[in-house]
Amino acid sequence: MSEGKVVLLQGNEACAEAAIRAGVRFFAGYPITPSTEIAETLALRLPQVGGKFVQMEDEIASMAAVIGASLAGVKSMTATSGPGFSLKQENLGYAALAEVPCVVVNVQRVGPSTGLPTCPAQGDVMQARWGTHGDHPTVVYCPSSVQEAYHFTIDAVNASETLRTPTILLMDEVIGHMREKMVIPEKVTILERPGPDVEPGEYRPYDVSRSDVPPMAAFGAGYRFHVTGLYHGEDGFPIDRGPKAAQLLARVCQKVERRRAQLASVWSESCDDCEVAVVAYGSPVRVALRAVRMARAQGIKAGLVKLGILWPFPEEAIRDLAGRVKAILVPEMNLGQIVIEVDRASKGQCRVEGLSRVDGELFTPPEVLEAVRRVAP
Amino acid sequence: MSAIAEKYLRQRLLPHIWCPGCGHGILLGAILRAIEKVGIDRDKTVMVSGIGCSSRATGYMDFDTLHTTHGRALAFATGIKIARPDLKVVVVTGDGDAAAIGGNHLIHACRRNVDITTVCFNNNVYGMTSGQHSPLTPFGHMATTAPYGNVDHPFDLCDLVAAAGATFVARGTAYHVTQLVDLIALALENKGFSFVEAYSQCPTYYGRRNKLGSAVDMLEWYKKNSVPVKAAATKDPQELKGKIVTGVLKKAPREEFTEEYQRVIDTAMARLKGGRS
Repeated sequence: MSEGKVVLLQGNEACAEAAIRAGVRFFAGYPITPSTEIAETLALRLPQVGGKFVQMEDEIASMAAVIGASLAGVKSMTATSGPGFSLKQENLGYAALAEVPCVVVNVQRVGPSTGLPTCPAQGDVMQARWGTHGDHPTVVYCPSSVQEAYHFTIDAVNASETLRTPTILLMDEVIGHMREKMVIPEKVTILERPGPDVEPGEYRPYDVSRSDVPPMAAFGAGYRFHVTGLYHGEDGFPIDRGPKAAQLLARVCQKVERRRAQLASVWSESCDDCEVAVVAYGSPVRVALRAVRMARAQGIKAGLVKLGILWPFPEEAIRDLAGRVKAILVPEMNLGQIVIEVDRASKGQCRVEGLSRVDGELFTPPEVLEAVRRVAP
Repeated sequence: MSAIAEKYLRQRLLPHIWCPGCGHGILLGAILRAIEKVGIDRDKTVMVSGIGCSSRATGYMDFDTLHTTHGRALAFATGIKIARPDLKVVVVTGDGDAAAIGGNHLIHACRRNVDITTVCFNNNVYGMTSGQHSPLTPFGHMATTAPYGNVDHPFDLCDLVAAAGATFVARGTAYHVTQLVDLIALALENKGFSFVEAYSQCPTYYGRRNKLGSAVDMLEWYKKNSVPVKAAATKDPQELKGKIVTGVLKKAPREEFTEEYQRVIDTAMARLKGGRS
């Protein structure tokens, strides 16, 4: 572990502390289990650093307030769980098209509907990708430990600011509520959004002549620019249907897609000689690691691949893996969402099987081990 | 073109998209005149709107401007103002935007009392989607979604926001434009959540369907059916039925959110410094 202060923290608390470390100074939210501790921690901590916390009337308003605060030049975040994430989708789409940096934390619980409010699930993977109407870019981080909740929160803020796009930290109840030892690193990298370097009269809020991420001025700095959820030109004002509209959507999606390799966070253990790989994300990673070690002890050539970022999906890593193994097992706390992506990326090179659990409980190591044995050659 | 229009409008975006006879241009002009009158710092002012005919107004105004999602203007504005209390925040919204989909945000903005000035362009109809009934369409009136006459009863929006805690509430019309400028100016000067309901004639989708005549006829109707708030105080409710009571309806200053929150920050920082956190 890197140098720093060793602490005992809950995943939700680690997320809140990391947000402050990353420079977040505005949080708007609405209480919902199992994400509430993020709001509670920030209600206490943000004013200590001159930041603002506001409990809004609902999730829609929270997302809107976060976008408003970000446009006013302040790094902003909200946190929610399942049903709240559904409500945020309208304004998440706004942030994607208007290119407003912000972070949305979703500590997943069992759905659909009110579901099992205090139990872990991973049912929002596809909602995180395709939640809002229309095509849109998505960057989704998925921690499997409290330490990762800390690091990925900072990464999510940095990516959001530098790419001018909303990013999502997709946790699950186990990670959100689990308390474990972690290190608060002495040094972290904090990145800022690209600012304008032209006179206010010449500023165009969606000028992509130098980069596919346009420079962003803050409201109140004298640039007098317009922001809309309509398709817009480089000057920010509405445009009609036609090639320019298509170019806008292509750019906001491609600015993320073309950084897929750079964003990808894939970690593996025992994969050099493995015949069956377990591909996992979130809390099942912890169970899968144990199951893989048990399998190795029994002479099964098993390995683990952990996905730290779900979207953009690490296509290349999975395709390479699929070319080297006989089978891939994807345990997830849903009826099979990432397994579809793994299968797609594998391009038929190996057998791909899912393992589901949707009863509000985490997998057990013997359960995953049994599945590994089943798919092993 | 008037000096005000030349000074504050983004000329290259004109002409505007509103229908001939629409009252929204008059209301936009009233906002700009009020701003000129009050003399606020243009580079420190953000104009926010939702979706609908009214909400296109922000695009024409040469300020920092934000055209948001339907009904959510006040929630976006709340984020701007709390994040940056040094900015002046003005919301332009419509009757459908503010009172239907945005109704929850409206009452909570009033309760919270963040320093935001809201001007609601009330044309009694959904204009942008071509004439459906809104929460301010009078009972019995016709709309595309009320083909047998509206069975929904309208809000008295000023009563609603006053009860919800707005600290300044006023009502005017596109006919009484000088008064409207004064009302908006007072709203801009109020420290806290201010709300101005401004009647705006929609001859195209509301007036035509309800046989209210031309834009001029509708303005005449506002003239004849408006009652100044002082005069209204002497009349009984039955006499005021169907009338538009204009003027300042409420002025009751109380703690403003961002000022209160600054006290929270000061306390939290002092405690942290004192090692008591």
